[in-house]
Amino acid sequence: MYEKNGEKYFVVDSHMHMWKAGPDNWVKGAEQYAKGWIECFHAYQSLGPPATHWTIEKFMSYTEDDLMKDVFEDGYVDVAVFQPTYLKEWYREGFNTTEQNANLGEKHPGMFVLNTRFDPRDGDAGLEELAHNVDRYGSTGVKLYTAEWNAGSRGYKLTDPAAYTYLAKAQELGIKNIHVHKGPTIWPLDKDAFDVSDVDHAATDFPELNFIVEHVGLPRIEDFCFMATQEPNVYAGLSVVIGGLMHARPRFFAKVMGELLFWVGEDKMTFGSDYGIWEPKWQVEGFVDWEFPDDPEFSDYPRLGVDGKKKILGLNAAKLYDLKVPDELQLKEATPAAQDDSKLVTS
Amino acid sequence: MAERDRVLDALGAVRDPELDESITTLGFVSTCVVSAAGDVVVRLRLPTYFCAPNFAFLMVADAYDVVAALPAVRSVDVALEDHFAAAQINAGVAARAGFVASFDGEATAELDELRRTFVAKAVLAGTDQVCRPLVASGIDPAGVARLTIADLPTSPALDRLLRRRAELGLPAGPDAPLLVDVGTGAAVAAAGAARHLGLARLTRTGIEANTGICRGMLRHRYVGTGAGEEELG
Repeated sequence: MYEKNGEKYFVVDSHMHMWKAGPDNWVKGAEQYAKGWIECFHAYQSLGPPATHWTIEKFMSYTEDDLMKDVFEDGYVDVAVFQPTYLKEWYREGFNTTEQNANLGEKHPGMFVLNTRFDPRDGDAGLEELAHNVDRYGSTGVKLYTAEWNAGSRGYKLTDPAAYTYLAKAQELGIKNIHVHKGPTIWPLDKDAFDVSDVDHAATDFPELNFIVEHVGLPRIEDFCFMATQEPNVYAGLSVVIGGLMHARPRFFAKVMGELLFWVGEDKMTFGSDYGIWEPKWQVEGFVDWEFPDDPEFSDYPRLGVDGKKKILGLNAAKLYDLKVPDELQLKEATPAAQDDSKLVTS
Repeated sequence: MAERDRVLDALGAVRDPELDESITTLGFVSTCVVSAAGDVVVRLRLPTYFCAPNFAFLMVADAYDVVAALPAVRSVDVALEDHFAAAQINAGVAARAGFVASFDGEATAELDELRRTFVAKAVLAGTDQVCRPLVASGIDPAGVARLTIADLPTSPALDRLLRRRAELGLPAGPDAPLLVDVGTGAAVAAAGAARHLGLARLTRTGIEANTGICRGMLRHRYVGTGAGEEELG
């Protein structure tokens, strides 16, 4: 919970990680990829305030204690949603697996939502694993990393027949939320690697599922917005948007927020810190304080008020994940008038 | 030095297709050396190890082509460094192979379509640049849709927009409508003008935000400005 100027914000970090990326976890022969990957993430951290930068050594293997302090003690987060990314071609035990997340999550009941993942190229074994994970960890969401390397293949699309089989299975198992990474990818080589058109099709064909496009398709925000405005079950996952732009590029951040508010709307935007790339503390504080620059260039964008910020920081994700929000942290209009008041009047 | 400037000038015409900005001003040219005998060595660098190889290939191939086309150049050595696909890209460009041949079995189509997609985005972004001042001066979107190119004062932004339109084969003469559909070249009707301008604004925002991230990443990765780079605030 974050409090500022008498307003209280319920905070759901809907996109964060606990990874193991040190050299001891690199696959023999794929070291350059494992190293390149984590160094690339580390470069993203440099877009945050200098005081929040870590050494590459800490960045590769921060501890559970670091996470609990940064996310919950200092970072105002009430509930954090773990989003796994396996990358087992490069990281022996996986970069960030459902099991690793659960090890921490199960020590702190109620503080984490344990999402799982699937890869449609894993065939029947993958379907079984998905069922097992949903049963074992109670997952109601999955993270899909469509650019993951897998036995010679370097990516898949949500429109692949196998992906549809998996989406149908996920829905049958009770999965509600599909977080899709649409940001920098490395495959397919010969197409626009950030293409979001597969999400468009899947969202139409699976209206019961919510599709949260993480990183809002950056650097293809125009394609994303255009698609999201036509699909009621597509959400804008703000991971990278706030962390990567709010501090480093405030004017661009204002424009991107303006476009998202214009095309997608504050009811369908969710905060995600992308921890450990960026700590939530400065993102939450900065976002609550944030306003459009006083400049005619921003005049045709919808404004974002306290209620909108409350929705984006936590209430929207709380709905998606059916999380209990204390009454005092709900929007004021949404709380029914207290009975006591009416009694006073009538007695 | 003059020879090196000529090469840098030529490289200035090579654009990052995604960002629609010159590879020199982006800081992507790390080395540019020209010997007295006309041997040119160019080294390129990108913001991350995983930048999309299709775009990387386009930039390396374009850089090779503009340098090779200069008079008095005896040999050309253009290579990308610090990238996961550098070996394939450099070998492919040096051997004058297309993208598909360079990525044997991995890529299934050439890059012309991709390039076209991004020039179309550049046209939309350029439309916002040209039209925003008009809207700010009080012309409503329907009024903007009624304008032709000849109605506008010349400006660098307009020149750039018309060059991009010509690249795509879209109408770019004085009688052409200011607002055209980037797919068909047809005039945008007054009723669709507000939406068209909204899309143009959105596209420009996307490109600018992306450029901002790329610059930040490049600065983190490399100390020092690139050859021919001007620091743009």
